[in-house]
Amino acid sequence: MTRTVRGLVLAALLWPLMVLAAVDPYPFTSEVDEVRFRSLIAELRCLVCQNQNLADSNAELAQDLRQQVYEMILRGEADQTIVSYMVDRYGDFVLYRPPVKGTTALLWAGPFMLMLLGLIALIRTVRRHALEQQPTTATSNRGTHREEPEESQTP
Amino acid sequence: MPRFLIPLVVFIALVAVLAVGLTRDPRLVPSPLVDKAAPAFILPTVADPGREIGIEDLKGQVALLNVWASWCIACREEHPFLMELAQEQLLPIYGLDYKDLRPDAQRWLAQFGNPYLQSAFDEQGRVGIDWGVYGVPETFLLDADGFIRYKHIGPLNREIWERDILPLVRRLKEENA
Repeated sequence: MTRTVRGLVLAALLWPLMVLAAVDPYPFTSEVDEVRFRSLIAELRCLVCQNQNLADSNAELAQDLRQQVYEMILRGEADQTIVSYMVDRYGDFVLYRPPVKGTTALLWAGPFMLMLLGLIALIRTVRRHALEQQPTTATSNRGTHREEPEESQTP
Repeated sequence: MPRFLIPLVVFIALVAVLAVGLTRDPRLVPSPLVDKAAPAFILPTVADPGREIGIEDLKGQVALLNVWASWCIACREEHPFLMELAQEQLLPIYGLDYKDLRPDAQRWLAQFGNPYLQSAFDEQGRVGIDWGVYGVPETFLLDADGFIRYKHIGPLNREIWERDILPLVRRLKEENA
């Protein structure tokens, strides 16, 4: 009894692997082409399930577009041609790395601007703390025996 | 500016950015095809495998191309409005039946009514790819020269039609007259 259950559990666990092994409908004769195919479908975004690329998505459109990329590679089209084929139809959105231009300026510059703001805030805070600390260090350097009020406050 | 106002200003700016950003539908991807010549195609019709329809048939007048399929749930929601629109005879409506089975498509039209002058039968979805179709239903407005002037993604209804498309249809028709 437990044996059957164990067998079933094992079969259930292995099932996805068998399915994965079955999914390779894109036979290439050249290894270079296969690498190109893999990298292209990883770079292109599926429009139906937008947080997946063409390689990961199982949406019908993604399957069709994978097929399209595959056929274009077999026809000997350049990567550039394939990418612009997609962009012509679906726009820059289809690219996981959109080009730098007016509409995407904020997208590209935004993180750096935020980092710059953070750095400015950090430098200001550090400077202010340094200024506040200075009188204390000055007095302690003089070697007074009087108890520092700030020191007594720190736990 | 007083120091205590800085977090408030930052907060308000963040709310403003999110208010704009989060209310936009990320599934609506603007089509690069708008204001470009419609991609050419020649396909058999849904009604008759022996008859062909192509982009040339759509030229010469302001027309609508509606991408639909019998498996598409949202198309069912849109369908009654298309029927109304067809009756108004303001402009011809053509269909692009996307990745469908012919018997299913024919049955669908027989059951719910046929608002289309003709429906092109895009069994493999190749024409759909050329037109950048990614979410059926989609509707393209074409001018008389066969240029795409507007694309709507998702089901049409009276409100969307009157707000987004009808004014453009009127303008294009005037230009044409």
